[in-house]
Amino acid sequence: MQLTNRSKVVVKKEMTFVERLYLPAIFSGMIITFKHLFKKSATIKYPEQTREFSKIYRGQHVLKRDEAGAERCTACGLCAVACPAEAITMTAAERKPGEEGLYREEKYAAKYEINMLRCIFCGDCEEACPKEAIFLTDRKVDSFYQRGNLIFGKDILVEGVAAEERIDVSSRQTPEVAEFKKQKNAQHNILFTKRK
Amino acid sequence: MQDFIIYKGLLAIIIFAITLVVAMYSTYAERKVAAFLQDRVGPDRAGPFGILQPLADGVKMFMKEELIPSVSNKTLFIIGPGISMLTACMTGTVIPWGPALTIGDKIYSLQLTNLNIGILYLFGVISLGVYGIMIGGWASNNKFSLLGAIRASSQMISYEVAMGLSIIALVMTTGTLSLGEIAAQQTGWHWNILVQPLGCLIFIICAFAETNRAPFDLPECETELVGGYHTEYSSMKLGFFLFAEYINMFISSAVISTFYFGGYNMPFIGRFVHDPNALAILGVVFMFAKVFFFIFFFMWVRWTIPRFRYDQLMNLGWKILIPISILNLVLTGVFGMRHEIMNYFSSL
Repeated sequence: MQLTNRSKVVVKKEMTFVERLYLPAIFSGMIITFKHLFKKSATIKYPEQTREFSKIYRGQHVLKRDEAGAERCTACGLCAVACPAEAITMTAAERKPGEEGLYREEKYAAKYEINMLRCIFCGDCEEACPKEAIFLTDRKVDSFYQRGNLIFGKDILVEGVAAEERIDVSSRQTPEVAEFKKQKNAQHNILFTKRK
Repeated sequence: MQDFIIYKGLLAIIIFAITLVVAMYSTYAERKVAAFLQDRVGPDRAGPFGILQPLADGVKMFMKEELIPSVSNKTLFIIGPGISMLTACMTGTVIPWGPALTIGDKIYSLQLTNLNIGILYLFGVISLGVYGIMIGGWASNNKFSLLGAIRASSQMISYEVAMGLSIIALVMTTGTLSLGEIAAQQTGWHWNILVQPLGCLIFIICAFAETNRAPFDLPECETELVGGYHTEYSSMKLGFFLFAEYINMFISSAVISTFYFGGYNMPFIGRFVHDPNALAILGVVFMFAKVFFFIFFFMWVRWTIPRFRYDQLMNLGWKILIPISILNLVLTGVFGMRHEIMNYFSSL
């Protein structure tokens, strides 16, 4: 049976005298490698040069605040459920009176940890989040030297209040994304109900 | 006499230093050539363009922990890399690096010693090189080392036969065993490769095998033998083995250019430069240009073609190269005797 017309019939034929000399083949190979001497190298010298990132590159996570500076995350746990690597853990807490400026809704994440050894940067947490709280950004994740530093807590993940400390996610938080999140019967919501 | 001794001592030191520096930078060049042939950049962090990389490598080699296996034969284990290095450095003495310099009324030869049996000496010393590898591999008391050493010795012995036969043909045409004379004979375009193209090809192939370079690097065949004969070696003893290979490569390049590619001679240069001392200096430059080209050639081949299988290596050595070199010998003899043969047939 032939699936494509690309298949070749392999014949184990005796090599001709010229082929058995090896030298013509060696010389043609050497000409090929010599041509590569003058080709542009494919190397990106990393600390000095950086590769051009895609606009929706998925790097370091951020927990967003709203315009007033209150944390958006309500510790619903959908991101932790969505996470295929089970990298996210969190502890929920109730908002006390007087903390309205800190947390947007009555429930918030007292502890929110992402294990960076487990995270595969798939972006499912971001897709699952109903509150637009977690996003993957185009920031690179630094290399680590100690295992102890690998669990990122809220101190690293939550963005700052000041305008210059805000992390720009406008390329990811588009109107289309906002529209998609409103669909309650969309794929991500159905998946979670199935998993549960 | 005193001047002579001082001069020769100085020359010996200079040649030794140049050999070491060239070998040192061959390691750098190897990595750079490999990188360029594979569209990469190569080492570029130590100094501008990575120029200080060999120093960094050397420091690393010295600083590494030195391990001597408890089951090894300690004396031989230590002697092995020493012999490799010694024999590699000894070969540089008979190579004519340039024509003689004339200062005042004294003639200073740029060849350390113009032995009248230079070729014989060269082959003797090169043959000794296998002892370093064999002793190192044997003393390690490790099966991979031993296999590597056995491969190395059988390979070197096999290819020395074909190499010797190709050189005999060269000796028949040049009529001398002295490297100085062989170089001096090849003035202008009278390069020996034009007289002995087949012999040159055989010699270059055998030189690759003698220096254990790809495609004949079976003694240290990483994929099968871990590291071959130097599996158990660490620190500067490993460095010596690796370094000896690069010195051998440098000397082989010098020998190939002296035997077949005119040595320090360059065609047409006599028309532009007439001062003999300037010619001598230019001769050294040409010699080194040729040597560097062949070092590049060694690397170019290494990063182009894959390694031979062991049986293919032996087939090539015994069933192909030796018959061809004997054929070359016969053809050279017939060509050399062509007038006598013609006379014989015309007298019939």
